Amino acid sequence: MICGLRQKKRRESSDKGYVNKEVDEDRIIAGIEKLEAWEEIDNEQERNYKNLDRVIEQYSKKPGQLIRILHKAQDIFGYLSEEVQGYIAEKTGIPVSEVNGVVTFYSLFSTRPKGKYIFRICMGTACYIKGAQGIMNTFKEHLKIDEGETTRDKLFTLKTARCVGACGLAPVLLVNEEVHGETEAKDIVRIIQKYRKGEKIENTKH
Amino acid sequence: MKIQNIEDLLAVKEKHYPVIKQRLGHRNGLGLTQIMVCSGTACTSSESQVIREKLEQELDRRGLKENVRVFKTGCFGFCQRGPIVMVHPGEIFYYQVKPEDIKELVETHLVKGQLVERLLFQDENAGKRTTGIDDIHFFKAQKRIVLRNCGVINPEEIGEYIARDGYFALANVILNKQPDEVIDIISKSGLRGRGGAGFPTGKKWEITAAQKDTPKYVVCNADEGDPGAFMDRSILEGDPHSVLEAMAIAAYCIGANQGYIYVRAEYPVAVERLEIAIEQARKAGLLGKGLFGSAFDFNIELCFGAGAFVCGEETALLQSIMGQRGEPRPRPPYPAEEGLWGKPTLINNVETYANIPVILREGWEWYQGYGTATSKGTKVFSLTGKIRNTGLIEVPMGTSLRTIIFDIGGGITGGRRFKAVQTGGPSGGCIPEQFLDLPIDYENLKEIGSIMGSGGMIVMSEDNCMVDLARFYLEFAQDESCGRCTPCRIGTKRLLEILKRITEGQGKMEDLRILEELSFDIRDASLCGLGQTAPNPVLSTLRYFRGEYIAHVRDKTCPAGVCKALLNLRIDEEKCMACGLCARACPAGAITGAPRQQYRIDPEKCIRCSACIARCPKNAILKGNGREAAIDGNAGIFAGSGGPEDRATL
Repeated sequence: MICGLRQKKRRESSDKGYVNKEVDEDRIIAGIEKLEAWEEIDNEQERNYKNLDRVIEQYSKKPGQLIRILHKAQDIFGYLSEEVQGYIAEKTGIPVSEVNGVVTFYSLFSTRPKGKYIFRICMGTACYIKGAQGIMNTFKEHLKIDEGETTRDKLFTLKTARCVGACGLAPVLLVNEEVHGETEAKDIVRIIQKYRKGEKIENTKH
Repeated sequence: MKIQNIEDLLAVKEKHYPVIKQRLGHRNGLGLTQIMVCSGTACTSSESQVIREKLEQELDRRGLKENVRVFKTGCFGFCQRGPIVMVHPGEIFYYQVKPEDIKELVETHLVKGQLVERLLFQDENAGKRTTGIDDIHFFKAQKRIVLRNCGVINPEEIGEYIARDGYFALANVILNKQPDEVIDIISKSGLRGRGGAGFPTGKKWEITAAQKDTPKYVVCNADEGDPGAFMDRSILEGDPHSVLEAMAIAAYCIGANQGYIYVRAEYPVAVERLEIAIEQARKAGLLGKGLFGSAFDFNIELCFGAGAFVCGEETALLQSIMGQRGEPRPRPPYPAEEGLWGKPTLINNVETYANIPVILREGWEWYQGYGTATSKGTKVFSLTGKIRNTGLIEVPMGTSLRTIIFDIGGGITGGRRFKAVQTGGPSGGCIPEQFLDLPIDYENLKEIGSIMGSGGMIVMSEDNCMVDLARFYLEFAQDESCGRCTPCRIGTKRLLEILKRITEGQGKMEDLRILEELSFDIRDASLCGLGQTAPNPVLSTLRYFRGEYIAHVRDKTCPAGVCKALLNLRIDEEKCMACGLCARACPAGAITGAPRQQYRIDPEKCIRCSACIARCPKNAILKGNGREAAIDGNAGIFAGSGGPEDRATL
């Protein structure tokens, strides 16, 4: 339906006589899109919480499984929002302060949403002395974000990683779980473009 | 099939032994060619997975599947030259194999029976190519006890571990030995904890075994957080069963029935291999109820870290296993007395465990034959940094740094000079050239202001700034400080502030004294190992490289050309071809000039971002120092003095 309206809108917008109508339709389209988006989010959230229930069910029988539950929850939701932390606390009977304490203690847990691609630059000593800092700076410059931030288009997040143990390939860059070894500052523009392009290709598929 | 006794084990061994025997160099007319593809983390990230798939496809296409089999194997240790592919019989060692080389490899080697010359290992010093793994000096110069199965067996097949005499030590212990006999053997072997502190392993077992409280627990510390260290990861990836077997032996000796392996979540390959290994051991009846028909039950569970360095400290690790914030607590009581859920708990490091089965099989007398008076056996080091042969090596305790760096490691890259080697990660120190001939053991390293640590060894050349390195480690320690005790939480922050000031050219001479004083305070007053050792990088660099600190503070220059604020970029007029790329790349507009004219950098405007250096096609932009620094010209020796002709003297 939206597609139809959009096409119509495009056709009409070329004709300057329909200015008012266009504005109206714009509002309608925006409204419908919002509604559909909400519906989608609601469905997804519901599904996610169901998955989380299953995880808690599986692990909460034994003591000391909070970190494992949080790992799984982060896999499901992408990050651990206040709501999710509260939900886990309620279901497991662990005080929410304790859940939050654990989440904020460990660096692998994130309380903010992350981009689609997470660039993590290994800052282990081997990588550092082979120029990881320079690579980090180049990324910052090109993505125009600081360490730990996400680009506005929610595509890239920039982070440092603790030693991943692939020191033979230093300096190491991780894109999500994929390891790029022997990275050089001059490759970075190409890497960013590669992922940005990949995003575009995927978008056109929809 | 459940393995109940030694006969069952022997049957499994017999089944898998022919394959293993061939890999060890026997030409036993098996009629089978085996291709081993390294599947450690480093090789996996350089596409060893794709190589395996391509090999299978190619073999399938040519109908060679009957007589050629492809196996995964653990880390060979030659990580920089990966991915590594070995072909048996013949132990032909191919390195830097790319997916596109597979066709040629199958065609030439397997069909025509010739070697693929260009993929054979080439010794840079000797210039000639070698065929077999035993001809390569990097491997020949090592003594592999802990890593004996890495690169030989398929870590995802328990039968191959048994064929290498695996689980025989466990069977012997359960069927024929009393716990105190076993502990006695471990004590006599002189094995000390490989996690860093070097506490005698036998003693630890004895204390835990003597506790009356039950249940007891066995824990394996696989939270290898030291940056630049990856030996535990490689052991878990290449030989996971050796750790499981040792944990079962330990549990039998101290009277525990439950074990935990606490492993970093950053090691997905190791986690996967461990999961497979535990599952296979359970199926074979080597974990679970009534091992070898006795009344002894033992189970192992995996626990995951979540990225906190402090969890390598044993009391913090126990907190983390219990699902809490990984904050350490004061000792005593030691975990051996009060550990997991307040019960006696034995914690050993991965490498320590990997030594146990071999010691029990070969005897403590044999093990004592390696090492120095106080430190027995071998040690695995991960050699990284500005060194030719980056990778994993295992040498007897007491080997000199010179042998490790210049002989096995092949010297410094890029024709630079050696400056220092950092051992022990953020808790260790920097060792300068004057100690290159010192035999390495726990005591000697401690004496010169460093520690053995878990075995990371990071080599630095004259291009590395020691003040910047101290700052780097402090940043790490400060970031990872859990915040529980004040000396560590605030002390490291103050140290870091001073170091930052110095690297930015704002330091005062008085800062050096404060650095030292504060370091001693933090060392003496902190709660756990992290804080107590956090100032080590500062203290050791101040001790051996004070000249560099003074250059930063007094002369406002960084002799190594690393510290940005103290750099003075300039264009080499001879090399510059006036293309103008640098001027376009400069974000500050500090470079002026015109085509076919001299380009110049205005030091007032320059923000020292080095963008111009990256763009210059002629490498004409120099990172000069603010002023020529008066550094000691003799600090360091040339790389490459570990050439074959010098080896005799090493």
